[in-house]
Amino acid sequence: MTSKIDRTFARLRQGGEKALIAYVMAGDPSLDMTEQLVVELEQAGADIIELGVPFSDPIADGPVIQQAAERALRSGTSLRTILSMITRLRTRTQIPLVLMAYYNNIHAFGHDRFCHEAAQAGVDGLIIPDMPPDEASSLKGPAAAAGLQLIFLLAPTSTAERRTFVARQSQGFVYYVSLTGITGAKLRNLADVGKNVEKIRKVTHVPVAVGFGVATPEDAANVAAIADGVIVGSAIVKQIAAHQQKPEMVKRVAEFVRSLKTAMRAAQSKSR
Amino acid sequence: MDSVPNKQGRFGAYGGRYVPETLMPALLELEQEYARAKKDRRFQSELAYYLKHYVGRPTSLYFAERLTKRLGGAKIYLKREDLCHTGAHKINNAIGQGLLARRMKKPRIIAETGAGQHGVATATVAALFGLQSEIYMGTEDMQRQALNVFRMRLLGSTVTGVDAGSRTLKDAISEAMRDWTTNIRTTHYILGSVLGAHPYPMMIRDFQSIIGREARRQILAAEGRLPDCLIACVGGGSNAMGLFHAFIRDKKVKMVGVEAGGLGVASGKHAARFAGGKPGVLQGTMTYLLQGDDGQVNLTHSVSAGLDYAAVGPEHSYLRDQGRAEYTSVTDDEAMAAFDLLSREEGIMPALESAHAIAHTVKVAPTMKKNQLLVVNLSGRGDKDVQHIAKIRGITL
Repeated sequence: MTSKIDRTFARLRQGGEKALIAYVMAGDPSLDMTEQLVVELEQAGADIIELGVPFSDPIADGPVIQQAAERALRSGTSLRTILSMITRLRTRTQIPLVLMAYYNNIHAFGHDRFCHEAAQAGVDGLIIPDMPPDEASSLKGPAAAAGLQLIFLLAPTSTAERRTFVARQSQGFVYYVSLTGITGAKLRNLADVGKNVEKIRKVTHVPVAVGFGVATPEDAANVAAIADGVIVGSAIVKQIAAHQQKPEMVKRVAEFVRSLKTAMRAAQSKSR
Repeated sequence: MDSVPNKQGRFGAYGGRYVPETLMPALLELEQEYARAKKDRRFQSELAYYLKHYVGRPTSLYFAERLTKRLGGAKIYLKREDLCHTGAHKINNAIGQGLLARRMKKPRIIAETGAGQHGVATATVAALFGLQSEIYMGTEDMQRQALNVFRMRLLGSTVTGVDAGSRTLKDAISEAMRDWTTNIRTTHYILGSVLGAHPYPMMIRDFQSIIGREARRQILAAEGRLPDCLIACVGGGSNAMGLFHAFIRDKKVKMVGVEAGGLGVASGKHAARFAGGKPGVLQGTMTYLLQGDDGQVNLTHSVSAGLDYAAVGPEHSYLRDQGRAEYTSVTDDEAMAAFDLLSREEGIMPALESAHAIAHTVKVAPTMKKNQLLVVNLSGRGDKDVQHIAKIRGITL
C-alpha cells in the first residue's frame, strides 16, 4: 500500500506540478486556529502540511519559528493536544500531514505509544530535525508498524557518503536543506541547490523537497523548477505572527499560500 | 567496566549524536581529526607544552590542614585547579580544542559560557592562537558575571547576549549550535563541558583527565595510597569527569558528584538532574534531563551560573547507572556557607561552583575516619563571584 504522501507526489507529477509543503507551528496562536489554517491552506493550494510541534529548545530553528514555539507553548500546546486536534481535523480533510518534532518530545511520549497514537490520529510522516538516521534505529520499528513514514534531511554540508546513507533511508520524500544554517535564513545560490538535488536523485527514487529560506512566490517558483517539492515555513509563520490579533488572519495567510502556489504553477506551465 | 564511549559515541544508553544533518559531517570530521591528533606525538607534545608553560600545570594537590582539623574527620586534599591560568580548569579543554581548531585550519572559534569561566578560557586561547572568537552567554548570566563579560571583551572576543528561554547556559548552547550550523565551514565550536554530541563528551573528558592523572600521582606521592573518596561539583560535569577518569578502574575509590540543589530539590528551583530528572535528549545527547511529562525542558535555578543547566554529561548518567559514581546535591545556602568557610579557614576563595563540592565535603568529612583520604576538586577560584555575592548580601561595592 502506498502512503498518502507517495500518492500526492505521484498525482502532482502526472499533472506536471510540484508539491507545496506548508509549515505551520501547531498551537500558534492556538490549536483551533491551526485547525482552521490547515483546512484553508489546503484550499489555497498547499499539497502537504507540515505541523511543527513546539519544543523549548529548538536548535535547528531561527528566531521566527523559535518565537512561534514560545507562543504555542504559552497557549498550552503539547504533543497530546496536537494529536487530538489532528483527530478532529481528519473529519474535515485528508491532506497529508507531517509532524516536525524535536526528538525529546517523542522520547518522552514513548516510541511505541507515540507512533501508534499519531497514526491513529491521522499523521502520515515524521520529520525529526535532531535525529539523523544514525540515531533512528529504535524508532524505525514502531514507525513502520504504525505506517508512519520517517523523512530524513540532507544538507549542503552532507558528503557523498552521507547523501547515499541518508537518502536511501528517507521515506515519502527527502528534505533537502537549501542552506548551511537555520530556518528562516536567506536563500542563496540556487544553482548549487539544483546541483545537490540532482545528486540526491541519483541515489534515491523518492521525491526531493527543498526547504529553509524559501520566502517569496519568486523563491517558490525557482525552487519548483529544480525540486519535486517546495517547503515554506518561516515566511508563513511570519504572516501568522503579523496578523495573529486580527480576525482575517487565516484569510491573509491563505492568500499568501495561494500566491506561492500560483507562482509555482505559472513557472511549471512556462517550462513545459 | 568496558571503555566508553563506543564507536557511536554511546556510554551505555547515553550519549550519541542527536543533531541536525548540517552538523553531522562536521562532527564526523572532528571525531577523525581528534583521533589522529590523539596519536600524533607532535600534537601531544604541543599540548603538554602549553599546559605546562602557559596554564601552569601541574596544579598542586594541597593538604587543607585547617579545614581538616575544623571538620574533624578525613584528611582533605584540594586539587587546585583554581591556580590554572584564567582561574579554572576550563582552560585545559580550551587549549586542547584551540590546538585542534588550528590543526583543522578553522580561523574562527565560538563558545557558550555560563559562569564565564569557559568563555574567558576560550577568549584567552583565541588571543593566544590568533583566532577570531565569539562567545554566547545568556543575558541573565551576563548580569551575574559582569566581570567575566568585561574580561572576555578585554581579551578581544565578541560577547553576544542570548535573550531566549531562561537566558542562561542552555540558551547560550542552543545559540552557539545555531551559529555553528550557519558558519560550519570556517568555525570550530569549543564546547566547554562533557556535553553535546559525540565526540565532545569523550574529547573534553580526555582533555580534562589530566586533573585526575596528576591527582592520582600526587596523592600516591604524599600518602603512598589512593584516596577513599573523590568529590567534585557537576554542572555539565567536566571537572568531575576530569578528576574521576583516572580513578575509574580503582574500584575502592568512591566518586561523588555534587549537583546544584538551588533552593532545595523539593522547591523545584534547582539543577539536580539525578534527583528530579529522567533520561531525554537535549542539545545533541541522551542523558538525565530536567523535563516535564511532555518532554519540554524545565527551567533551572542555581546561585552558581556554571551549574545552572538542565542536563548532565552523558558519561555521568552512565557512571550513575553502573553504580560507579554517586550523585548528590547541596543548596545555594550550603554552597554560600562553604564559600565563607574555605575563605576563612584556608584563605582560598572557591568559585561558587566549586563551593558546592566543599559544601558536600563539610557534610561527609566528619563522618569519615581520620586516616581516610578525601580529594576534592577545587575547580575554580571565586574572584569572579565576589560582585555577585556582594549583591546577594545587599552590599554595594
